[in-house]
Amino acid sequence: MNENKAKTHAIDMSALGRSNAGLSLENEAVAISVDGLKLFYGDKQALNGVDMKIPKHRVTAFIGPSGCGKSTLLRCFNRMNDLIDSCRVEGGVTIDGENIYGKAVDVVDLRRRVGMVFQKPNPFPKSIYENVAYGLRLQGIKDRRVLDEVIERSLKGAALWDEVKDRLSDSGMGLSGGQQQRLVIARAIAVEPHVLLLDEPASALDPISTLKLEELIYELKEKYTIVIVTHNMQQAARVSDYTAFMFMGDQIEFSDTDTLFTNPREKRTEDYITGRYG
Amino acid sequence: MSVNNNAKIGWFRSGTPWVWMSAGAVSISLVMVFGLLILIAARGLGYFWPSDVIAMDYIERDGTEIRVMGEQRETAFVPLERLLEAGFKLEGHQGDVARHLLKIGNRDLYGIDFRSVIEPGITSRTIPDRVIVIERHEWGNFYGFLDEVKEAGKVVAVRDATHAALTPRLERTQRLHDEIKHIEKIEIGAINYQLERLRLKQRKLELNNEFDAQHEQAIAAERAEEEKRYQVLQKKLMDLYEQMNRDSLSVVSIEGRQVEVNLAKVVRVFYPNEMGNGDKLQHYFMKVWEFLSDEPREANTEGGIFPAIFGTVLMVILMAILVTPFGVVAAIYLREYAKQGLVTRVIRIAVNNLAGVPSVVYGVFGLGFFVYFLGGNIDALFFPEAGPAPTFGTPGILWSSLTLAILTLPVVIVATEEGLSRIPLAIREGSLALGATKAETLWRIVIPMASPALMTGLILAVARAAGEVAPLMLVGVVKLAPSMPLDGNFPFLHLDRKFMHLGFHIYDVGFQSPNVEAARPLVYATALLLVLVIIILNLAAIYIRNRLRAKYQSI
Repeated sequence: MNENKAKTHAIDMSALGRSNAGLSLENEAVAISVDGLKLFYGDKQALNGVDMKIPKHRVTAFIGPSGCGKSTLLRCFNRMNDLIDSCRVEGGVTIDGENIYGKAVDVVDLRRRVGMVFQKPNPFPKSIYENVAYGLRLQGIKDRRVLDEVIERSLKGAALWDEVKDRLSDSGMGLSGGQQQRLVIARAIAVEPHVLLLDEPASALDPISTLKLEELIYELKEKYTIVIVTHNMQQAARVSDYTAFMFMGDQIEFSDTDTLFTNPREKRTEDYITGRYG
Repeated sequence: MSVNNNAKIGWFRSGTPWVWMSAGAVSISLVMVFGLLILIAARGLGYFWPSDVIAMDYIERDGTEIRVMGEQRETAFVPLERLLEAGFKLEGHQGDVARHLLKIGNRDLYGIDFRSVIEPGITSRTIPDRVIVIERHEWGNFYGFLDEVKEAGKVVAVRDATHAALTPRLERTQRLHDEIKHIEKIEIGAINYQLERLRLKQRKLELNNEFDAQHEQAIAAERAEEEKRYQVLQKKLMDLYEQMNRDSLSVVSIEGRQVEVNLAKVVRVFYPNEMGNGDKLQHYFMKVWEFLSDEPREANTEGGIFPAIFGTVLMVILMAILVTPFGVVAAIYLREYAKQGLVTRVIRIAVNNLAGVPSVVYGVFGLGFFVYFLGGNIDALFFPEAGPAPTFGTPGILWSSLTLAILTLPVVIVATEEGLSRIPLAIREGSLALGATKAETLWRIVIPMASPALMTGLILAVARAAGEVAPLMLVGVVKLAPSMPLDGNFPFLHLDRKFMHLGFHIYDVGFQSPNVEAARPLVYATALLLVLVIIILNLAAIYIRNRLRAKYQSI
């Protein structure tokens, strides 16, 4: 945290050396549209009606204290919550013009379009090559040339190629934590999703790996719409164009990152980013 | 409270007594396991050693003096009173008396081939030269002296020249013996198999009302062909038999009775008293190899136990092949697909309890369900031509494997479920998030990762199945199988056949044998072999598991 208490704001945006000036939600194309989304775990309500429009080819960060529903919201975007028996969803999420909670939706196809990277790196117990090829093989792609090409492109896209190009047949479990997380990102982008969901992707990594990952996220937004959940507000400020602050299952504030961190509209947002709770 | 008392309580609290108790329990178990192995190894392996043949002057219980000759097998110490009660005259003796068990052989002369002698009755003890031991196909060993070698009834060598004359003749006879065996077992066996198939083919056509002149001609032609081949072989066999019966030996037992032994009946001869330790060692390994690789002779008390080893291993492998898919599918359903609730809990309890059902109950179930119901229906549907003789409606290796597969199913289910539950959710989510369905995630990620646990279940299953005898007696094991379940006749693997099994062999040799003394060391040797077979099967499974573990090292 920034120690300068004289300033109202926890994070000095100008010190981050990047500018998001001129960004405004109104001018953005919409990638994900969330409309009155409510989510229940059994009797317990985890999301109390969230409305937001997530802009295309931008990095959107969800911040908020533990248990505020930010991960739950993220997992709604590729219907990962379906795995939990007691989970029930009301309202809608529209991706690529289609309500993903509609009856005719093919969840498998949705998950191919909406990639996800988890908190802990979870490479499969297979070789680096097979890890990245996994999604392609699921689609029935067997041609070695196509696979080789996509794997090289994906690993390069995940900034891992130079480190592993000579040992593609080694186990993915043998890489370091940071490398594993980038491998998982390579695996996700190999199937060319439209949206990439990152669920606290750096929480298990050391500072240097975190830095590399953040640089990677910055590059990836050229091609993908990225939604990232993070506990680390500096990280949100560093990597994201837009930030949503969530609290107790409600979306409190959603605006461009500069505004949210320097001039929050809501008192609760200000309290959180200045470290008064959370 | 005294200081001493505090120290005691502290000692108890520290956990030290529990450590000592656990260590003690572990050491007792280890000592017992190794003690058992050493006992059966010592008893079983000594059997193959060619010990010296001892000749004795011996005074019988009734005072008659006789000469006995044989191998000393065992010595026990018997209380004096018991011998006195039995009528031995042992004046001036005190304490226990040594009683030796001699293998005297010559069953054709004495009726029994073991006898016991007590130490005080022995007046002299020598190791005579030129003692010959003849292992025969019938009547067991002969212990005596070789007098003459005869060819077609005429004496060709006597006394000292016999050895030189015997060796080439024995080799010749054995060559002929092997040839005859090959013709009888393999070539004529194949012809019989073909003839049986032709008979069944004709019967099937008759049952379907399709047996017309054309078929009749074709089958008759084939049959004539086979018959012709059979005639040729039969003639060759007669010829070979005649050649084989050419030579004979004239041997004399220790008390001077002359016996004529046809060389065709001889397995091997050796002169134990003239053998050095090197020769004996060679002989020993030859006997061990014979035990491992040969078929049993003389009501299973001589020869080898290869069919039993083969039957056991084949049955266990078949069992493993059958139980794995069943167990894995059941475990996947219970763990991955079934709604976790009261019903699945009841099913799990039931599965666990199945592991506690006595194995013979499974045998009864196997006999009733597999053999009579399934087998009977298979016969009625697919093999009506063989009736009324059953094909699958009788105990056989397939039903044995299936019965043991059911017996070991709970172990595999429980171990696989355990393995499945240990695969982290993160890995499954990673696969699902890439657009894999649940089934794809299972096939590509979860089952490979759970395979080491599945192998653990299979190891336990193999260990249990290989040692199980009781249910097999009902569903397929026999004392002596005429043919192996795997042979050179199409379709090679005959799942309907009965088979021999090491565990049952132990029971049969040990408790059903007419010649208890001869069989006892074989019981130990077979038991040792059964343990070794189980260990080898387990080591193979453990090796595979370790390979899988290294491959999917994450858990």
